[in-house]
Amino acid sequence: MLHALADPFSQALMQRALAEVLLLAVVGGTLGCWVVLGGLSYGAESLAHGMFPGLVLAALAGVPLLLGGAAGILVAALAIALAGQAGVGRVGRDDAVAVAVTTLFGLGALLALSPRAPVGIQGLLFGDVLSTSGADLLAGGALVAVVLLALRLAHWRLLAVGFDRDGARALGLRSPALDALLLGLVALAVLVAVQGLGNLLVVAVLVAPAAAARLLTDRLAPMMAVAVAVGAAAGIGGLYLSYYVRIAAGASIAGLLVAAYLLARATSSIRKGSAAPAH
Amino acid sequence: MSALVATAALSVGYGAGRPALADVTFDLRAGERIAVLGPNGGGKTTLFRALLGELRPSSGALALDGRCASVPQTERSRLDFPVSALDVVLMGTLPARAWWRRPRRADRADARAALARVGLADRAERTYGELSGGQRQRVLIARALVQDARTLLLDEPFTGLDAASAARLEALLAELAGEGRGVLIATHDLEQARRWDRVLCVNGRQVAFGEPAATLTHEVLAATYGGAIVTLPGEDPAAPHHAILPPHHHHHDHAH
Repeated sequence: MLHALADPFSQALMQRALAEVLLLAVVGGTLGCWVVLGGLSYGAESLAHGMFPGLVLAALAGVPLLLGGAAGILVAALAIALAGQAGVGRVGRDDAVAVAVTTLFGLGALLALSPRAPVGIQGLLFGDVLSTSGADLLAGGALVAVVLLALRLAHWRLLAVGFDRDGARALGLRSPALDALLLGLVALAVLVAVQGLGNLLVVAVLVAPAAAARLLTDRLAPMMAVAVAVGAAAGIGGLYLSYYVRIAAGASIAGLLVAAYLLARATSSIRKGSAAPAH
Repeated sequence: MSALVATAALSVGYGAGRPALADVTFDLRAGERIAVLGPNGGGKTTLFRALLGELRPSSGALALDGRCASVPQTERSRLDFPVSALDVVLMGTLPARAWWRRPRRADRADARAALARVGLADRAERTYGELSGGQRQRVLIARALVQDARTLLLDEPFTGLDAASAARLEALLAELAGEGRGVLIATHDLEQARRWDRVLCVNGRQVAFGEPAATLTHEVLAATYGGAIVTLPGEDPAAPHHAILPPHHHHHDHAH
């Protein structure tokens, strides 16, 4: 039994994958709480999908994915901001953003499906956590440091703005600057995490653990701790699944994250159900 | 006695164009409760935002002695947010601290003392959203007290409270005024306004300011509420009851 647990991680490839999923669990669990509480899930998903052409172009041109991703995310952010502005009147903001993001994503797919596309480009969509390199881990470690530091420093301000925007303004806090900080961190997290989890699944790690934790906790610190634990458990579980059942690691992790969320939902409704008669 | 707030021909607006509130000349003395009456969009929120320093006067003078702190309506805050009553009060200590600093032991002690002051010492660790409406309003008052503000600006604090909670809040406001604070209360309740020290009636501009008995005449109320007012037949024809129409309150009355 112990052998079966330890066996997968005897290989350097799996060790690096393990380190990567744990780093992403820390980012997803902490930053994800602010994504969920701030209602930024849709924005995070839009950024992730909108950056796709940047990733594909980088793969086609043979430049580092981080570079293409960064350019792609800037273009996506600009397109989303413009669409959000344009979407006043008959077309809602969300609809305008959806059109912009789908256009970008379609453009990426068009490029990815061209005959010139190198093999393995589907890794951009679904990620390949098993091919995590030392450089990826370095980027992941730097991301963790930046996110944790920023969230710690801005904690009380983010809390006050999230709790009540008008009240925070009366306290002299600048909500737009804090919004920008949060979105910047989300963009950074998507950029780094997309290497391991892919364009389609990266949002799962930013949203699902925090959403599950929200259902089980009612303070921010325990919420973050539970979210990190859920992300780590799903990450490790996904690696085992991919090793023993031979299914894609990214998809296994995303599947387990969703399962964890559904489990948290069931738990919280059972708890509420049993607590109700006492009131 | 020096005034905590004094304005002279104060006008405030949002950018170019006609000011949202014009020609306001009033003063708030220590220990006074002043009701701010006016229709939704009549400039009550604009006045508060000017006193808080969020909006610059476009003309006129505004002098403050000590800090003003805002007590917003509780339903404007997120009731589903994972914060305790103590967390909410601690938000009030933010302006006095450098942005990278976390609350210190002294800040926590101040926050607990403010909660005790509003009678909620035993609710400090409770989740804000699970408190009753009256308790939430008192938590927001504690958040204002912890800012060491001499003037409190309350935005329709009695909205949605039951009679017991409203009486408790009314008593608390009387105590705070008794301690030498100035209290400005935006309200739609004329009967309540009559019990306080003075009233300020606004409708895009100042309509009247003074002691309730002399100020709240039918003419002033008609000018304040734009004619949407009826006189109810009372038992004493010399003291008719006024009612404001429409009776429903818009909770998100942004004055623009």
